[in-house]
Amino acid sequence: MNRLLISIPILLCVTFLVFILLNVVPGDPVALMMKEKVSADVVARVRAQMHLDDPWIIRYFRFLWGLLHGDLGTSYKLQRSVTDLILQAFPRTMVLAFSAALVSWIVGIPAGILSAIRQYSVTDYFFMGFSLAGVSMPVFWSALLFQYVFALKLGWLPVAGFYGWRYVIMPAIVLGWSSAGLIARLTRSSLLDVMRNDYIRTARSKGARELAVITGHALKNALLPVVTIMAIQVASLLSGAVITESVFGIPGVGRVAVDAIKSRDMPLLQGSVLFATILVILGNLVADILYSLLDPRIRLEK
Amino acid sequence: MEKEKLLAHETLFADIIRAFKENKTALFGLIVVVILVVLAIFAPYVTPYDPYEIDLNNRFSKPSLNHWFGTDMFGRDLFTRVIYGARISLAIGLIPSLIAVSIGAILGVVSGYIGGRLGYWVMRMADVVMAFPSLLLAIVVMYTLGATLFNLFIALSVVGWAGAARVVRSQALSIREKEFIEAAKAIGVKDIKIMARHVFPNCLPSLMVLFTMNIPDAILSEASLSFLGVGAQPPTPSWGLLVSNGKEFLFSAPWVAILPGVAIFITVLAFNFIGDGLRDAIDPYLKG
Repeated sequence: MNRLLISIPILLCVTFLVFILLNVVPGDPVALMMKEKVSADVVARVRAQMHLDDPWIIRYFRFLWGLLHGDLGTSYKLQRSVTDLILQAFPRTMVLAFSAALVSWIVGIPAGILSAIRQYSVTDYFFMGFSLAGVSMPVFWSALLFQYVFALKLGWLPVAGFYGWRYVIMPAIVLGWSSAGLIARLTRSSLLDVMRNDYIRTARSKGARELAVITGHALKNALLPVVTIMAIQVASLLSGAVITESVFGIPGVGRVAVDAIKSRDMPLLQGSVLFATILVILGNLVADILYSLLDPRIRLEK
Repeated sequence: MEKEKLLAHETLFADIIRAFKENKTALFGLIVVVILVVLAIFAPYVTPYDPYEIDLNNRFSKPSLNHWFGTDMFGRDLFTRVIYGARISLAIGLIPSLIAVSIGAILGVVSGYIGGRLGYWVMRMADVVMAFPSLLLAIVVMYTLGATLFNLFIALSVVGWAGAARVVRSQALSIREKEFIEAAKAIGVKDIKIMARHVFPNCLPSLMVLFTMNIPDAILSEASLSFLGVGAQPPTPSWGLLVSNGKEFLFSAPWVAILPGVAIFITVLAFNFIGDGLRDAIDPYLKG
């Protein structure tokens, strides 16, 4: 409950920061909107219509009031509700982020476990090298590599677009790989840490087989930090989605943000950044709650 | 007091040496980075071409002995552009990381040692920055300030300080309780001097690790921002921009996009090797 209460002021500060950053931007949004030269008179009238001449503090509260009602303003370029545009794009980002997360768990957790069990073996070096590669590759580059090899050369998968499950495979693997690296590294170090505990020695000394020791005793505790990182993954997946979506032509929230930058569509950028940040805050909240639920040793302070 | 300070530095230095001695991958990373730095500094002597020189008769040459990485859509030598681009990526890796870690160090030490309301608000500020997906915050900053190389330094510093501040604060909190701090207070040393002479030097090892681990993140972020068009602008040979230029010609001239990406990959990997090695040697508790 306490965590939930802390999230509210953070959320407020986030909205304030985004508002200030995007509303002090030099250049008249009205002049940007109008393709042709218009008279100063018209510009002034449109400015007044959009309440752009009000003091920023009033505009901020108006913006906040709208936000509370789920109204993120109107896109300059598309002249449509930002909320609608984002909600329309969001399911696609969800599909991408969730499949990428799935890839990262399916690959990362077993890789981390195997590496920890066979520490300093060839297997360990292979998986850790693979993980570090995933963390070190720029997502836009691995995306292009995959497109080149699997779409253009081999023709197994479609290059870009979003018309069915086949279109999700490449983006999910590309985006999931970098997360898989993080998860594998975390699983490994966490399992190695747990294996040093007394209760593991007890389990071994009573004659339990190594496999039973690991699956029955060690894994439960070792995977705790991994579970929380899963919720925190939201942030890195959303950052990654911005790039993956623009390379693979998926019309999700990340793509909306990139298009908004290109057309200098401030309300749309503001809306998509806020939306993503709210998701991240929610993710952190879920991580905290999960952690205290799963591990009774940890009770959140107060 | 002088001796204590000296000792702290000696052990840090010794730790760094040990990291590279014991850890072969870290040493490998260091060698790669040194080669890269040398190439970047002596770029005009390494390659006979000019990174901006357009040669329309020579568009999309395949990689060859004359053009190691081939040429791009304007006939510019890609290897030359990658080498000059290394200057940007190295500067982007080092400078914002240094700024971010310095800000994080100052705020972390102050908020950890003094604590109280100030410490509380510094940490809430860090919470706010860390609530953003880092790339999106950088995008917003670049959108506001304008897409220039200099603003990239600002954007990446803004994004990077919060994590460092958190780690340093938790260390300062535990150092504050140590006896030598109590002793210094007892003989009347001023708070600011205690922070500078005692708390800060004891945080140096972790700061070193934080700094090294921030470098690959900064390089990747710059590349991503430039790829998206809100970072370095053409014709700057930024690596992200080089890949972005090449993506239109992925089928007909794949090297234009792929080879600059290899440079990013190897550089980031090398810095990650160094970071991992330093962390294991200096401060295993930062792991995970």
